[in-house]
Amino acid sequence: MEKTRPLWATPLQFVFACISYAVGLGNVWRFPYLCQMYGGGSFLVPYIIMLVVEGMPLLYLELAVGQRMRQGSIGAWRTVSPYLSGVGVASVVVSFFLCTYYNVINAWAFWYLFHSFQDPLPWSVCPLNGNRTGYVEECEKASSTQYFWYRKTLNISPSIQESGAVQWEPALCLVLAWLVVYLCILRGTESTGKMEQLANPKAWINAATQIFFSLGLGFGSLIAFASYNEPSNNCQKHAIIVSIINSSTSIFASIVTFSIYGFKATFNYESCLNKVILLLTNSFDLEDGFLTANNLEQVKDYLASAYPSKYSEVFPQIKNCSLESELETAVQGTGLAFIVYTEAIKNMKVSQLWSVLYFFMLLLLGIGSMLGNTAAILTPLTDSKVISSYLPKEAISGLVCLANCAIGMLFTMKAGSYWFDIFNDYAATLSLLLIVLVETVAVCYLYGLSRFESDLKAMTGHALNWYWKAMWGGVSPLLIISLFIFYLSDYIITGTLQYQAWDAAQGQLVTKDYPPHALAVIGLLVASSIMCIPLVALGTLITRRLRRGDPDPAPVA
Amino acid sequence: MGDIIDAENAFKVRLSIRTALGDKAYAWDTNEEYLFKAMVAFSMRKVPNRETTEISHVLLCNVTQRVSFWFVVTDPSRNHTLPAVEVQSAIRMNRNRINNAFFLNDQTLEFLRIPSTLAPPTDPSVPIWIIIFGVIFCIVLVATMLLILSGIQQHRRKHKGPSEMEDTEDKCENVITIENGIPCDPLDMKGGHINDAFVTEDERLTPL
Repeated sequence: MEKTRPLWATPLQFVFACISYAVGLGNVWRFPYLCQMYGGGSFLVPYIIMLVVEGMPLLYLELAVGQRMRQGSIGAWRTVSPYLSGVGVASVVVSFFLCTYYNVINAWAFWYLFHSFQDPLPWSVCPLNGNRTGYVEECEKASSTQYFWYRKTLNISPSIQESGAVQWEPALCLVLAWLVVYLCILRGTESTGKMEQLANPKAWINAATQIFFSLGLGFGSLIAFASYNEPSNNCQKHAIIVSIINSSTSIFASIVTFSIYGFKATFNYESCLNKVILLLTNSFDLEDGFLTANNLEQVKDYLASAYPSKYSEVFPQIKNCSLESELETAVQGTGLAFIVYTEAIKNMKVSQLWSVLYFFMLLLLGIGSMLGNTAAILTPLTDSKVISSYLPKEAISGLVCLANCAIGMLFTMKAGSYWFDIFNDYAATLSLLLIVLVETVAVCYLYGLSRFESDLKAMTGHALNWYWKAMWGGVSPLLIISLFIFYLSDYIITGTLQYQAWDAAQGQLVTKDYPPHALAVIGLLVASSIMCIPLVALGTLITRRLRRGDPDPAPVA
Repeated sequence: MGDIIDAENAFKVRLSIRTALGDKAYAWDTNEEYLFKAMVAFSMRKVPNRETTEISHVLLCNVTQRVSFWFVVTDPSRNHTLPAVEVQSAIRMNRNRINNAFFLNDQTLEFLRIPSTLAPPTDPSVPIWIIIFGVIFCIVLVATMLLILSGIQQHRRKHKGPSEMEDTEDKCENVITIENGIPCDPLDMKGGHINDAFVTEDERLTPL
């Protein structure tokens, strides 16, 4: 009993959906960090090469598979080969993990957005202590933006072992974030497009990794999106467009991020200088306004020679202010988005306006990516005849959102941010590499490259360029294998995994080792998705043997 | 002042006039010192038992270029200095008046060892963020309900029509021929849908 598959109203909607999925928070907070760490503009060279050699071919492959098989990830891979539906299941598992923790970022963005409507911005001033003689100690030691993030937003515990209770404020914001996502996906994936009218070997490895994850390969979202395409859709053109727009957005975001860095560095440098000037003026009772940034060095030398004993007392407190060291602080991830940016914003004129705009942008990026993530889970579920015969689409979406929201409450606990980092670093990285590798090998060698080529030609009407064939068949799989080996060996060599914990007494981050149960969770995260592939293949083998009693389980061609 | 200066009861004062006023900064001279002494005496007179404090009881010394100086308040006999605690609380009570007399604030007119009471932030009874959260939450909830309701209505309308056809569908599906373990898909009875007989791709591979 086959219903017509819902379709995108126009190809442009499909492109917008892909772009909004691919352009996410990683473009804003990961790519600029990588640029800064690996030589600035010269990072673009490995990045663009990897884009052309790895990103575009794999993106095209996933879109083509989705468009050809016209099903979500599980059904699509089952069609390629019944033993391979494990790949689809693995994709769904990884997407499930991603959905669970990714929406927490949107919850945090909502929190900051709601707090942007105050004067002064709550992260620009420290709160007063008990007897109102000064500021809270933790805020003094750190900075007001760090205090607001670690204490007011996360209420973070000193280590991952101390879980604490669920914090009701971020929990409320998480519920709202899931409600917004549910609202967007309620009408089905095809409605999501309507929402926006929107060296050094490490450098190369990071460029490859960045392209890989930035495009969102391996989650099944792209397959899901493409499965709603008309078979004759020119997905080759769209693959190129989406990857170019994704990379341009990353580069544009870097320009913005670097100017924010520059602003913040200049501001911090100048306040550092002012602190030194004040210290010297007060210690030596110099005339107020005599010391400026220009004559600071000369006066310091003069004071050192004229009052050596007093100068040596004061000397330890004099910080060496340097614009370069301020510029060198490279931050990525939540630290960049919620600490560095907010610090820059609080010093701007009309900071409430910039704050609202910035967090609104974060929300748009985050929710856009969430729609793709949920599509990866929902499309296989709604494709499955068993489930969709019992429940309507709205109920399935609602249940998935509810389940994810409930599990996401874990991240609103006091230790939630540490678990968030675990999921962010380990839930998707290794598993995705393996999934995409299996996908590429499956299409090229199990399904047959020539067969796929003729399918595509029949579908779209265009012949397949030799470039794609070369990439799919040889270069991209080799690249993924080398990335995989590199990461595995890196994990093994590093030994125990460590994390950054916030120490309230010192007002800064300290490095700690993960306790055994956290390491177990990490292992489980990686294994649960990877093991799907062999387990399902094994299960298929066994059920076939049992059903047929046939020694040769090869599919009938 | 050297012999009665009691380091415990003396306080250092620091003014940053140029930082506060820029071009409009006034010069610190003996007249300004007189005003300062008057303000301190005024603050002390507000303390019970010290209403007879005179300007001459307030002593300044070590005035530097900074501008900074030390001061003590003596009792009427001029032999003892008043305890630090009294002076501290007196200054704290009248800090605002003293600041205003010199067009300065807590940061530019510093009394070392006399912490100022910082103004608490004005907290509204209901935090602003909850109000905005409530508004957005209600809007999203209402929109979701509307969409769900309209979806249910559409569903009902669709199912009222082809309900008779569905009964014959079910009867057909009970008779599924099985050959070599491969179920044959029945021909699609619903009008206007894809005819399975002409879909070739799915039959190449045996469905599970």
